[in-house]
Amino acid sequence: MRIKLGKKVWCTAVSLLVLLAVWEAAVLIGSFPEVLFPSPISVWNAFWQLWTDGLPGSSSRVVLGVHILVSLKRFAAGYVGSVVTAVAAGLLLGWFFRVFSYINPIVQLVRPIAPVAWMPFIVLWFGIGDAPAVAIIFLAGFFPGLLSTVAAVEHMEPVYRKVARNFGLSQAQTLYKVVFPAAFPQIMNSLRLALGTAWIFLVSGEMVGAQSGLGFLIMDAKNCLRSDALLATMITIGVIGLLLDWGIRRLEKFVL
Amino acid sequence: MYICVEDVSVNYQQGGSTFEALKNVSLSIERGEFICLLGPSGCGKSTLLNLLAGFEKPARGRVFIGERQVTAPSPKYLTIFQNYGLFPWRSVLHNVELGLEAKKMNRKERRQQALKYLDMVGLVQAKDKKPCQLSGGMQQRVAIARALAAEPEILFMDEPFGALDAITRMKLQDDILRICKDGGKTIVFVTHDIEEAVFLADRIVVMEANPGSVQGIVKVEMPHERDRTSDDFIVIRDKVFAMMHLKKEKEVEYYI
Repeated sequence: MRIKLGKKVWCTAVSLLVLLAVWEAAVLIGSFPEVLFPSPISVWNAFWQLWTDGLPGSSSRVVLGVHILVSLKRFAAGYVGSVVTAVAAGLLLGWFFRVFSYINPIVQLVRPIAPVAWMPFIVLWFGIGDAPAVAIIFLAGFFPGLLSTVAAVEHMEPVYRKVARNFGLSQAQTLYKVVFPAAFPQIMNSLRLALGTAWIFLVSGEMVGAQSGLGFLIMDAKNCLRSDALLATMITIGVIGLLLDWGIRRLEKFVL
Repeated sequence: MYICVEDVSVNYQQGGSTFEALKNVSLSIERGEFICLLGPSGCGKSTLLNLLAGFEKPARGRVFIGERQVTAPSPKYLTIFQNYGLFPWRSVLHNVELGLEAKKMNRKERRQQALKYLDMVGLVQAKDKKPCQLSGGMQQRVAIARALAAEPEILFMDEPFGALDAITRMKLQDDILRICKDGGKTIVFVTHDIEEAVFLADRIVVMEANPGSVQGIVKVEMPHERDRTSDDFIVIRDKVFAMMHLKKEKEVEYYI
């Protein structure tokens, strides 16, 4: 059911305004310490401060815009890397299914291990800085991408395989001209879901060992006891996640 | 003898028991003949077609086309499927070009060849459309154009008009005769429609189920264009009915 754009905007605006009103009211009526429960106004002020001046008392005094760019850069590297590897591996493993039946048990063993649990090893192997964040994003995006690509190949219309064989296409031609386009809608869908998960994991990745980025900023704000800046960063993270999802939906519509 | 089926049998394992899809079937087909495999569901007609096309191997017996034994599908013997088998992500023209992509042809030649065959089925104006934008009858005609463009020697058709309405079916039967017969191609056509078989075939191979085998062969010696309502047509149709035990014998008592 397609809700009209106007109505969507209206609903969003109303719900956000109501949320802000309730929030402000809760702050005014209750007597919470500012540190535990910042008011919307102080969060807004903190946001502006971060945007123009950075976080006072922080070890890294760069503005919010820089942190955002750094996070996005790491996210792009990790996400694109995981997508390309997962789809390529998924196409091959889905096609050579007998090979996959040997690899699958290992995949199912490694998959439930939370990416964050890999952190100690990742820091030991690759050091601190960009690597932990990129590695975590890669892990978060890889397994869902791989498994859904394999499933998409498995569930491809059997007649396509017959047609490809009949017309004398080689294995490589079949994978490139038939299997990949046939599986693409399903792959695209899982990539959109993986995008959301990977963005969430970005923050946890940056909390360990990074010296910049939004996840680092969260830890920094915590260390400076600035809960207003903390909330402002959290909201920023949420908004960027929303924009990324919106972006990939547009891409999906355009391609399909 | 062009196509030679030597005493083939095909078995399927179902649960614990073995299902005999084909038992000791032998058949020979001349070059340029239009053969119909006619029978109810489960009589093995599609299985026999798969054997001829090389998609399946018999448990016993052999299939020869020309001098060579059939072991795998080949672009020289193309199959037309009931559900068309068109690639939904490709345009109509690009679909027709599929068979030509495995050959050594440059882009311009491919396009020209594809357009020539698309014109033969009367669908040049739809060349840039996607298959989902066409009706079932048009999609099947695109599939036929795709097969013809690769210039095969034999056409295997597995209930190609089964998914279409009766009127479109009759129009396509006329088209098939016009396009394919004129080219001197050998055609093996699977159907469960007796009228269709009598209208199209030079010889009708009547099959029965449990186990799948050939009941008999009816020669149809009518010249094309055949009239579906003529007396000759009904005589042959009667023969087929009788062979399939569909004619009720009325017992009449005489008193003299």
